Amino acid sequence: MPAVSKGDGMRGLAVFISDIRNCKSKEAEIKRINKELANIRSKFKGDKALDGYSKKKYVCKLLFIFLLGHDIDFGHMEAVNLLSSNKYTEKQIGYLFISVLVNSNSELIRLINNAIKNDLSSRNPTFMCLALHCIANVGSREMAEAFAGEIPRILVAGDTMDSVKQSAALCLLRLYKASPDLVLMGEWTSRVVHLLNDQHMGVVTAAISLITCLSSKNPDEFKTCVSLAVSRLSRIVSSASTDLQDYTYYFVPAPWLSCKLLRLLQCYPPPEDGAVKGRLVECLETILNKAQEPPKSKKVQHSNAKNAILFEAISLIIHYDSEPNLLVRACNQLGQFLQHRETNLRYLALESMCTLASSEFSHEAVKTHIETVINALKTERDVSVRQRAADLLYAMCDRSNAKQIVAEMLSYLETADYSIREEMVLKVAILAEKYAVDYSWYVDTILNLIRIAGDYVSEEVWYRVIQIVINRDDVQGYAAKTVFEALQAPACHENMVKVGGYILGEFGNLIAGDPRSSPLVQFNLLHSKFHLCSVPTRALLLSAYIKFINLFPETKATIQEVLRSDSQIRNSDVELQQRAVEYLKLSSIASTDVLATVLEEMPPFPERESSILAKLKKKKGPGAVSVELEDGKERGELNGGADRGGEAAIAASNASTPSPSSDLLGLRSAAPVGGPAPSAGSLLVDVFSEAGPAASSTRVNDDGFLSALHAPEAPDSRLAEGPGDADSAPPSAASEDPAPPLPESDELLNKFVCKNNGVLFENQLLQIGIKSEYRQNLGRMYLFYGNKTSVQFVSFTTTVSCPGELQSQLNVQTKPVEPLVEGGAQVQQVINIECLTDFVDAPLLNIKFRYGGALQNITLKLPVTINKFFQPTEMAAADFFQRWKQLSQPQQEAQKIFKASHGMDTEVLKAKLLGLGTALLENVDPNPENYVCAGVIQTKIQQVGCLLRLEPNAQAQPGEQMYRLTLRSSKDTVSQRVCDLLAEQF
Amino acid sequence: MCQPIKKYLTASLPNAHPLHTYGSVRKRVKCSFIYTYIHIGSESTIKIKMQFMLLFSRQGKLRLQKWYVPLSDKERKKISRDLVQTILARKPKMCSFLEWRDLKIVYKRYASLYFCCAVEDQDNELITLEIIHRYVELLDKYFGSVCELDIIFNFEKAYFILDEFLLGGEAQETSKKNVLKAIEQADLLQEEAEAPRSVLEEIGLT
Repeated sequence: MPAVSKGDGMRGLAVFISDIRNCKSKEAEIKRINKELANIRSKFKGDKALDGYSKKKYVCKLLFIFLLGHDIDFGHMEAVNLLSSNKYTEKQIGYLFISVLVNSNSELIRLINNAIKNDLSSRNPTFMCLALHCIANVGSREMAEAFAGEIPRILVAGDTMDSVKQSAALCLLRLYKASPDLVLMGEWTSRVVHLLNDQHMGVVTAAISLITCLSSKNPDEFKTCVSLAVSRLSRIVSSASTDLQDYTYYFVPAPWLSCKLLRLLQCYPPPEDGAVKGRLVECLETILNKAQEPPKSKKVQHSNAKNAILFEAISLIIHYDSEPNLLVRACNQLGQFLQHRETNLRYLALESMCTLASSEFSHEAVKTHIETVINALKTERDVSVRQRAADLLYAMCDRSNAKQIVAEMLSYLETADYSIREEMVLKVAILAEKYAVDYSWYVDTILNLIRIAGDYVSEEVWYRVIQIVINRDDVQGYAAKTVFEALQAPACHENMVKVGGYILGEFGNLIAGDPRSSPLVQFNLLHSKFHLCSVPTRALLLSAYIKFINLFPETKATIQEVLRSDSQIRNSDVELQQRAVEYLKLSSIASTDVLATVLEEMPPFPERESSILAKLKKKKGPGAVSVELEDGKERGELNGGADRGGEAAIAASNASTPSPSSDLLGLRSAAPVGGPAPSAGSLLVDVFSEAGPAASSTRVNDDGFLSALHAPEAPDSRLAEGPGDADSAPPSAASEDPAPPLPESDELLNKFVCKNNGVLFENQLLQIGIKSEYRQNLGRMYLFYGNKTSVQFVSFTTTVSCPGELQSQLNVQTKPVEPLVEGGAQVQQVINIECLTDFVDAPLLNIKFRYGGALQNITLKLPVTINKFFQPTEMAAADFFQRWKQLSQPQQEAQKIFKASHGMDTEVLKAKLLGLGTALLENVDPNPENYVCAGVIQTKIQQVGCLLRLEPNAQAQPGEQMYRLTLRSSKDTVSQRVCDLLAEQF
Repeated sequence: MCQPIKKYLTASLPNAHPLHTYGSVRKRVKCSFIYTYIHIGSESTIKIKMQFMLLFSRQGKLRLQKWYVPLSDKERKKISRDLVQTILARKPKMCSFLEWRDLKIVYKRYASLYFCCAVEDQDNELITLEIIHRYVELLDKYFGSVCELDIIFNFEKAYFILDEFLLGGEAQETSKKNVLKAIEQADLLQEEAEAPRSVLEEIGLT
């Protein structure tokens, strides 16, 4: 046991810890702990009041037991008691316990908050710091509610000690991260920014984290920090290594602060002010220069700190992406690191170069390092470094080096670690497709992939090669020949058999002229693999066989024999059995003409056909409303696993790659052939024609789907309800009953359709501000009632009500507000909203108070509109049109033609449409003047998809400008309501 | 309607944890006919620099854990267990950084103890490595050539020192002198308070 060190020794605790350490087994340890827990419990429960020291000791023991991994369900109250002790260590242990074992018991939280409040106002800096640390460690919403107002004051107060300021800054940061809505910026913004100028380096170090976070959320409000940060950085960079005393770390001046300053600057574009920019470029050059200087110390800490700044500077240079000179210098510097003896530096250089590769200025410079990177891929001993090398190769790949890189990656795959094989396979597949000049190379590459790493080739990859072969007739013969050769290997991967079965079934005729690959040879080769394969592959092979019968009548007898055999026709697997029976019958009954029609060559796959949609279309009926996506996980991982540089490429490629669970090749449906959706081109023509043909054709296909979704409901006669006939009683303004809504309340409501924050209402007495946020079918609204007078409001009450049927459509909960609002003060109220189903009316907000004895009674409409529950939905043009067509029943559409009441500024229009909550889809409408949007309204009981099209007629005279707005959704009331709401916005 | 409001808030609002909650960056949304990926609060999520710090022994025993993101006890245990195994399996000369789930792990071994930090994807690895070193220096200075046992027997001090150095996952004070000054002041305070401890006072206090 070591000597009990400084501070207070708690002998009992030390003995207990030794005991635990001496336990020979887990059982003994648990026994000892249970004994101790029983002891502590009895002490806490005992009649004798414990002194502070014992309480501290026991609480500390509990903490130790908890940190060992055992559950602790008592002692919180004792810990809270310690908080109010005026002995520092007792208080300190109390706070530590609370921070580690946060408890959601609200009574306790009240007590804790009280203790914190006392310490914050104690003016004792050590106590204040303890309290702030506790808030920062817990960071709960309750704490934010209690202290978010107080801490900014502490932070900027002139008489606050430096150490308290530091804690306050980071404490506020933590609260802001947890509950951004509760930390209100405002008058203290500029004073916080000016903390960058503080004398005390520690204060700057702490404050800059807060400023960076706030800047990234509100860049405009904080933009003055740029010049301050540049000048601070410049002073640090140019200072001698001893100038900053204890803030110099292994001869590097203020490395943490430097990194944070460089990080802050990455929240902004390059400074516009020439002088500031010049100074910054100078700093960056100095940092790059220093990297070339001989090290001032051999310690790794020196070079780490120095290089940390260098890498952060390079990040900034990449972020600006506007200084070719600096970009190339950065690239050269990283190039040196690629061969550094420190593994860490090699790793970081590879990682950082990945982002450099995506800049047009440095892409070429990065490419010069290709040999080094390939070498790293082959020789690095650490798999995480090899992974970075593979990422970089992927990022630096372009048309000029694709063949080399793909070849290297393929050869590396043979020995690659299992953990990264799947990702490598995906990358090779993407690169091969993206940079394929001739498709025979592409086919070779993918077949090689399957040969080398078949297990890691996901279905997406081999589906894709088949799609490409089918769509490009110049490569079909080559593909058939190559796959035929590949199948001749004694052991070949099942994925190869699948590709082989599919391609030979479609294009085997192209190589049948060669006696070495005559029809029967092809069939025998495929069939030799049959028994080793799993059921889905066998099913695919059976389909290939029936195609063979069509392609090569001479194989008919042989194949019928196979189909007729007991192992097929009586197979225990239903799918196989059914295929065998059906194919056998088809081959014997159908005439050759019929056979040729049924088994016609596959039509080309439409590019970017969404497989998810195809799957969905099959699932008719109510099930479609809650379809689970099995492939969601795979997709997510696929994107997530991609490196930053190539993410876009992978994502783009994904969009056109079918997902594994789609039924692209007909593996799951009995008939292997069937017309896929018509190509996107033909859709474009008639998609917007409102007339019959589209509607009738849709009805044939999808009636079941759509009608099952939403049986048309009786039109809602209340749609056009005005403010006058709202469902409240019509009392006079002076009575205690809620007043009817103000005449302007509808107009006020319309102001908030496309925005969530702002001032809802204002008169001489009262101002009501709103902040709101929505997620799925839930919303939270903050109302801020400001007393504009110097006299207090008494009996201040607010009520939110849902008139009429709204009651069953929205669930609204409020907390009561304090009945007294002091002059000049502001009170806040939180309203939680749950959307149960779609609705038309808005909830009513009634505010009553007495001002100088006179009763004020105001009723407003709360700006909760159906569009708040939109989730934006991105989709490609083809998808959009297809869905648009599906929603062609007359009641699903709502249309309005109306005069523009504002100008037709494109940006303003876009902002409004985005504010509506839908996704604004670019390049979808053939007419670039038009806007189309898509979104899903989330309610508790259902989700309603909505498509929108806005056609401005900008050519008309000003004042004559008109819009045509068309809404289509799966529910008539929604189309109508959204259309009505939006028509008021332009 | 009579559900307690606080409970309602945390239970049903999906952004009750607006912090980068790990493992769930992407989430699928179900709907009637439109499918899409939703980044949970991609606009409102605020990155936390350091997510957590763990100290553990070569035997895999956790000696100190500091979490800067709200996670349940169960999640914490799972993360520590998985991560400790991952790191202990690595060879000595390997690089100090690794990608783990969607986090970046920076770790270093000092004698029998591993110090391990999880940071955001975009964060600076080298400076995090030096955060670890500075913390080791602070422990070393305070305890006088620190060893694992010091941290076991004085775990509360290790937490106090960490709080003075890092708060909410961000560096609060990087000067070694200033951090130690704060800790020593606190020790002094305690001694002063401890000295005149008498029975009477004890009663008067409680």
